[in-house]
Formats: sequence, structure tokens, C-alpha cells
Amino acid sequence: MMNTKTSQKIAFSALLAVTLMVILPVLIIIIIIIREGISAINWQFIASMPSNGMRSGGIMPAILGTIYLVVLSVAIALPVGVLAAIYLNEYAKDNLLTRVIKLSIVNLAGVPSVVYGLFGLGLFVIFMKFGVSILSGALTLAIMELPVIITTSKEALNSVPQSFREVSLSLGVSRWKTVRHVVLPHALPGIMTGTILSIARIAGETAPILFTAAAFYVPRLPNSVFDQVMVLPYHLFIISTQIPNMPKNLSYGTALVLLMLVISMNLAAIVIRTYFRKRKKW
Amino acid sequence: MKKLADDVIEKLIFICGITAIVFVVLIFVFLMKEGVSFFGEYSFHDFLLGKFWYPTSDPPRFGILPLILGSLIITLGASLIAVPLGTMAALYISEVAPKGAKDVLKAGVELLAAIPSVVVGFIGMVTLVPIIKNVFGIPTGLTALSGCIMLAFMAMPTIVSISEDAINAVPWQYKEGALALGATKWQIMYRIILPAAAPGIIASVMLGIGRVIGETMAVMMVTGNAAVIPHGFLESVRTMTATIAAEMGETVRGSIHYKALFAIGAVLFIITFFINFVADTYLHKNK
Repeated sequence: MMNTKTSQKIAFSALLAVTLMVILPVLIIIIIIIREGISAINWQFIASMPSNGMRSGGIMPAILGTIYLVVLSVAIALPVGVLAAIYLNEYAKDNLLTRVIKLSIVNLAGVPSVVYGLFGLGLFVIFMKFGVSILSGALTLAIMELPVIITTSKEALNSVPQSFREVSLSLGVSRWKTVRHVVLPHALPGIMTGTILSIARIAGETAPILFTAAAFYVPRLPNSVFDQVMVLPYHLFIISTQIPNMPKNLSYGTALVLLMLVISMNLAAIVIRTYFRKRKKW
Repeated sequence: MKKLADDVIEKLIFICGITAIVFVVLIFVFLMKEGVSFFGEYSFHDFLLGKFWYPTSDPPRFGILPLILGSLIITLGASLIAVPLGTMAALYISEVAPKGAKDVLKAGVELLAAIPSVVVGFIGMVTLVPIIKNVFGIPTGLTALSGCIMLAFMAMPTIVSISEDAINAVPWQYKEGALALGATKWQIMYRIILPAAAPGIIASVMLGIGRVIGETMAVMMVTGNAAVIPHGFLESVRTMTATIAAEMGETVRGSIHYKALFAIGAVLFIITFFINFVADTYLHKNK
């Protein structure tokens, strides 16, 4: 029989090898995209319209479209999500309604992105007659963001010590005023982190906006929220699957811009989290 | 007056509180509305068990069996790769890795989760697909296998991070007790920690599977999208999600094809609802 020490050594080495197998591909993906895509990145690529059937020129409208969609969707989802988290953490009793709400949040988080796209098409594009537009896309994305914002905001509220609330309430301050002026300010960093992470996820989503907002090619920039837009992830999908003889470095360049956008938002969230964790006094 | 303002805001808070329920119900209603009207025109039996998906032939045929099997083979293959690797990585990160390495590895997993699915699909197309084509000497590398490998990586962050939470939640008394009896660290890991963390690990696997079934863009870009009943991993397959994404743009609103795609959406919604429900039950088993 094998020595227990030896078998432990073998087991740990195997675990390490597996862990590297999981992590290393991430680095390889990032390195490949940077190496192949960096040559395409210049001011003209970032700031001009596509030309020659997207085979040359820039991706400016797709970058702007992504920013419009993300900003509008967060403007919709953030207030609703934070208020929902306040309800769950500060007001809700432990009853059937609360359990159903929690279960709904879990399930909302698990709905496939393409099903959100169908729902957005049915509700916003057709039923509410917003058409294929920035507004329909942003509303669809906002619903997708909700479970993430609610869950992280609720955790942030929950980590504010109970004694803070008790002191405020004992001074005769109303429930809502206590939440607004005592609890919420301390939960803000956590809420910000969660929101940025949800934005990073939304910025890379393609399926929910396929039938609600995204356009193959629009020769001009959008004038209102009722216009269709070009969007970065959808643009990458099109140029890498639908356009023959596409210069490879432009596809890599687009992937690089999208990746940098998403990763920089993730890093920002991590920085905010560690900064405020260090400053925390309790 | 101040009291009134408080009342108004508290009503608003309650309304926002129940939005999650409202949207789950709305999603279900909007999918079922078109789905039910589809089954008025097409038999449920032929939809679920029909072997042919020919939406534009005359008469059209809407058998989703090839699509269900397509989703199934991808999910199965991706799980076979992701579940053992993911749990082992979680075990390493939470129990073996030194403190400094732990944070780096966790950041790596978070980074993996951050890569958009369309980028994963693109990378799969330009790297993995040609490799599979050459290694197996087949005419195209756009196969179920390519989909399984790419999706395994997309399921990994879910499996690793939730399993890791479950492993961390195992009470330290369990480990100390075993250590006092002379067990080695590895013996404790597979005899004590793994069984104790099992419900959480099962939940992580289910959530990972939920992610794979619902994944759309990456799978559409690397699997070739042939809507035929798959016979192996080296053939092109088409999943339910890819069918919706690829065909919805070309359908006429209100046509039977359009309704059929909503019916597929309803099937997906019901499957993921069930998976998440079960996973959530497992997650709360310990508490």
C-alpha cells in the first residue's frame, strides 16, 4: 500500500495541474487577442465609421451604441434594484411573499440570455411598440441586471451593523430616514461594486439585444432612444461570422476593445472593493 | 407632511421589492402567449418528438428533438469536462494553495467569468476549431466537441466559485477532529470536506449546467448549427438557444415559425427554472 504522505503529494500535484488548466487558458486568450489585435488599434479605428462593407474603417458607432445601451439600462435598473434590496433587507418579514421574491430573483438570474431577448421582443418591441431601438434594448438589459444589483446591494446593506440602525431609531428617526441617512451611505461602496460588475456583464451581452436593439449596419449615429444602434459584441459576431474576407486584425481589434472595456470595469470594481474594505472601521 | 413623504417612499420600496416576481411572471406569460397559440396550429407531440426541424419547407416541420439532443450533447460534454476540473480547482484554491496564490487564482477565475461569450466564441473559431479539424482529420472543426470545450470554460467560474464557498463553509471542527485522529490533509479533504460540502458542490454543478444550456453566442459560433440528430461529438449540432438566435431575425412577426421559436423559448425557460429551483434548494440545505 502506498505511503499516505506520497499519495498526498501526488494528489496535491494533480490538483495544482488541474487548477492551472482552468486558469491558464484565460491568460492565453487575453494574450492572443492583444498580440493579434493591437496592430488594428489606433485613433482612426476607435473614432471613425466603418467603411467598405465593414472591412475597413473604425468601430466608433458600435462603441457608442454599447455605451448608450449600458448607461440607459443602468439608469433604469439601479434605482429599482437598490429599492428592491432595501425592501428585502430592511422591511421584508420572513414570510411566504419574501420567499417567493427570493426564489424569483434566483430564477431571473438563471433565465438564458436569448430568452430575455425573446421577452424584450414580445413586450417592448411589439407590445409597447418601442420598435427595435435603444430603449427596448436598454429595458431588456435592465431586467437582466436586476438580480445582480439586488443581490449585491442586499449583501452590502446586510453588512451594515445592526447597532447603527438601533441608535438612529432610538433617537426617534423614522424607519425610512434611518435607511436613507444611516444605512445607505455605509452600503454605497458595496452597491457600486455590484453595479459596475453587472455593467461589465451587460456590456458583453449579445443575445438579449439581437432582436431588441442591435443593427447590422447603420450609416449614421442614433438621434434618439427610438433608433437602432450598432453594438460592440454584435459587431464582433457579424464581422467574424457573416462577412467573407474580413481582415483578421480588425476582428481581433474589435475583440480587444470589447475585452479591455469589460476587464477595466471589473478591475475598477475590484479596486473600489479593496479600497473601502481597508477603510472600514467596524 | 413628512409622514406622508415616508409613506410614499415606503410604498415605492415595496413595489420595487416585488418587481422580480412581476418580471418572472411576465416572461412566462409572454413566452406562453405565443407558445399556446403555436400549439393551436401544431401538435405538441410532433413539436417535442418530431425528428425534423424544417421551418421554411412546405409544409413546415417543427420537430425540436434534434435541437433538444443538440443542447443535451453539448451540456453533457461540457459537464464531463467542467465538473471534475472545476471541483478539483475549487478544492485546490480553498484548501491547498498558499495565501498569496489563492488571491491570484481567484482573480483568474473572476477574469474568466468576465470574458463576453461572443469573445469566447470568436477565440474558439480562430484557435480551437482549426485544431480539432486537423487532429481528427475531419472536413470541418465546427463540431459538438468544440462547443463542449468552449462551454466547459464558461461553466467553470460558476462551478469553482460556488464549490469554493461550499468548501469554505465546512465547520473547522470537522477538520480539527480528523487531524487529531492523525489523518493527513489529503485524507481530510476527500473523506471529510468533500462529503460535507457535497450539497453546495451539487448546487454549483447545477448552476453551471444551467449556464451551459442557456449559453447562446459562443455555442452558435463554434458548433456549425446543423439541425440534425447528433450521433457523436465530432458532428455539427444545433442547440435550442442557437436556433432562436439564428432564426428570429428572419421570421415574419406572428407567423407560425415566429411562434415556434417562442415555444422553444418557453421550453428553455421551464428547464432553467427547474434547474435553478433545485440548485437553490441544495444551496439552502446546510443552513
